[in-house]
Amino acid sequence: MAKRIVIDPVTRIEGHAKISIFMDDAGNVADAEFHVVEFRGFEKFCEGRPYSEMPGITQRICGICPVSHTLASAKAGDAIMAVNIPPAADKLRRLLNLGQMIQSHALSFFHLSAPDFLLGWDTPPASRNVFGIIAANKELARAGIRLRQFGQEIIEILGGKKIHPAWAVPGGVRSSLSEEGRAKIRAWLPEAFATTKVAFDLWKKTMKTHGREIQIFGNFPSLFMGLVAPDGTWEHHGGKLRFTDSSGSILADQIDPANYKDYIGEAVQNTSYLKSPYYLPLGFPEGIYRVGPLARLNIAEQMGVPQADEELKKFKKLGRGAVTSSFLYHYARLIEILASLEYVERYLADPELSSDYLRADAGINSLHGVGASEAPRGTLFHDYTVDRDGLLQKVNLIVATGQNNLAMNQTVAQIARHYVRGNDIPEAMLNRVEHGIRCYDPCLSCSTHAVGQMPLHVQMIALDGRVLDEKMRG
Amino acid sequence: MSARTLTVDGKQISAEKGASVLQAATEAGIKIPTLCHLEGVYDVGACRLCLVEVKGVNKLLPACTTRVAEGMEVSTNSERLNKYRRMTLELLFAERNHVCAVCVANGHCELQTLAYSLGMDHVRYDYIFPKWDVDNTHRLFGMDHNRCILCTRCVRSCWHIEGAGTKNVAGRGTKSKIITDLNQPWGDSESCTECGKCVMSCPTGALFKKGSAVGESVRDRDKLEFIVNAREKKQWNA
Repeated sequence: MAKRIVIDPVTRIEGHAKISIFMDDAGNVADAEFHVVEFRGFEKFCEGRPYSEMPGITQRICGICPVSHTLASAKAGDAIMAVNIPPAADKLRRLLNLGQMIQSHALSFFHLSAPDFLLGWDTPPASRNVFGIIAANKELARAGIRLRQFGQEIIEILGGKKIHPAWAVPGGVRSSLSEEGRAKIRAWLPEAFATTKVAFDLWKKTMKTHGREIQIFGNFPSLFMGLVAPDGTWEHHGGKLRFTDSSGSILADQIDPANYKDYIGEAVQNTSYLKSPYYLPLGFPEGIYRVGPLARLNIAEQMGVPQADEELKKFKKLGRGAVTSSFLYHYARLIEILASLEYVERYLADPELSSDYLRADAGINSLHGVGASEAPRGTLFHDYTVDRDGLLQKVNLIVATGQNNLAMNQTVAQIARHYVRGNDIPEAMLNRVEHGIRCYDPCLSCSTHAVGQMPLHVQMIALDGRVLDEKMRG
Repeated sequence: MSARTLTVDGKQISAEKGASVLQAATEAGIKIPTLCHLEGVYDVGACRLCLVEVKGVNKLLPACTTRVAEGMEVSTNSERLNKYRRMTLELLFAERNHVCAVCVANGHCELQTLAYSLGMDHVRYDYIFPKWDVDNTHRLFGMDHNRCILCTRCVRSCWHIEGAGTKNVAGRGTKSKIITDLNQPWGDSESCTECGKCVMSCPTGALFKKGSAVGESVRDRDKLEFIVNAREKKQWNA
C-alpha cells in the first residue's frame, strides 16, 4: 500500500532537516521531499535597522559561512550608496571570500563527507564521522583540519576574528592586509597545497571505486547557475550571472544580479521552511537549477589559474556538455580549493592589498540594492529596500541551499528508488540518502536564515498516517 | 577653600567643600562604577550604579550627587552594593534591546564593559523586548532608542556644553525617551547645531554617526572635557 518513509533528522549537515520518501501501492518510490524544519525570520526582524548594520547582523545567520553573508550584505550596501568601492577593497573582500571557500570546502570534504566514502557506507554511524577518520588515518584528519584552519586564519588576519568578522562594510572594508598577515599566509601556503594534493589523490581513488554512486547520487539533467567573469572565467565575488543547461549550452549570460527577479522565481511549499527557487523562463518545477561548486565549474570556461585549469579539463571530461552527477560536487569542491589557493598566492604578490584607500563614502543614493556573491554552497543574493534615511523596509535573501532544494529532492528520490524495495527501511538506503544530501553541503542555518544539530529518526508512514515501521538512532 | 576630611573604604582622604563623594574617591584613586556620570557636565544620579553606603544613613546614596561632609564614613564596595549594582545593570539590559554582537558600540560600550567587570553572565529578569524605532532622519547622526539607557548625558551636553537645548526627555517610566525639540524627527530639528557632542557623550550605541557598522562607534570623550575646561578655566582667553 502507499506509504511514506521519513528520515528525521538528517545528520552531518549544517542544520535541522528531515526527509520524506513517498511510496506507491506497489512499494516503489513515488517521490521524495527534503524538508527544512527550522524557522528563523531574519528577513522580518531586520526591517527597521540601518543598512550599515546589515553586514554585522546577517552574518549571524550562520557560523560556517558568515563571510558569504557579510560580503553579499556589504555589496547590497554599496548598491544603496551607489558607489564603486576602492579597487583595494574589492581585492581584499575577494581574499576574504577565498579564505571562506577554503575553510568551508575543507569542512565539507574532510569532516562531513569523507567519513562516508573513505570509511564505507555501512560503517556504524558511531564511528562514521570525523573521529572515525582520525582513528583510521590520523595524518589525513590532521591535514584536513589544518586546511580548514588555514582558511579560517585568512579570515582572522583580515577581519580580526575567524567567525563573524566586523570588517566588510558598505563602501569597502575597514582595514588592509598587514605585512605580518601576508607573511603568515605565505608561509602556510605550501602545506595547504600539499594537503590539497593528498585530497585529490584520495578522490581519484574514490571515483574509481564509486562508479555506482556517481551514477545514482543525483545524476540527472538540470540547469546550472552561478557568477562568471565577462570572459567566462570562474568567479566568486563579482561578475554576472550565467545559466547553462545539462548539454552545456548557455541559456542566459551576463545578467546583472540586480535583475535576478526577472530570471529566478521562488516557489513556496507547505512542507518546508525552505523556498524553492526556479529558472523563471522554464517555470516550476521544470526550471530546476543547481548552484554551488558543481554549477560554477559547469558554467565556467576556465578557472583562470594554471593548476586548477588542468583539473577543470579533467573534470569537464566526466560529462557530455555538463557534469550532471551531484556526487561530483566533492570533486568540484576540491578544484575550487585548489583554485582558491592559487588566487590567494596571486593576491599575496599584490602590493595594493596594503593600500589605505579602502572605503568609499556616500549617503543613500538608491532606495534599492542587491548584493550577490558566490558562497561556498552557491550564489547568494541579498536584496534590500530602504527608506530615504537608510532604514530597511524590505529584506529578501536568496541562499544557495534554497536554490538546490529541488535538486536535493530529486537526488533523494533517485537514491531511494535504487535501494528501497518493499516495506522495510534498508539501513543501506538511509546512509546513502543522507549522503545524497551531503553532496550539496547544505547549510540550513543559512537557507532558513537556523542553527542546530541532530540525531536520526526514520518513520515509514502509510498515507492514512499510520506508522508502519520506525527506527531511531543517535 | 575649606577642606573636608572623610573616610572612604577605610582610607582617610580630604576633599574640597562641595565636592561629590565620587570626585573625592576618584581623586584618592578609589574607583566607583558609573554610567550616567560624564566629566564636563553636572551629575543627576540617574543610573544608580555609583551607589555607596554612608555610615549612619540607612539608604544607599549615589556618590555622584552626594556632597562630602566632615567625618563621613563611606563604603564603596560591599556585598550589598554589588548585589544592587548587578541588579541595576540587569534591569537596564532587560528594559530595552541590547544586542552587543551587532551593535555599533560593541567593544567600546560602557554598559557592556560594566557588565563584564561586574561579572554579569546572565539576566535574571524577563526581557521586555519593547519595540522602539531608529531615528535616522538626521543628515549626520542616528539615534537608536533600543540601545538607550536614559542616562541623559546627551541632554546635558546639548544644554550645558553646546547650549543648543535640542535634546530632552519625554514620557514616564519605561516609556521615557530622548526626544529632539518638541518630539520631532531629529532631521527636522531647527535647534540642532550638528555639533555631535551628544554622540560623543553616549555611553552605549544609542547615538551614532550615520553609516557606522558593528563596533565602529569609538567615542572621544576627552574632547568634551577639553571644551569645558578650556571655557571654565578661560584657556582660550588671550
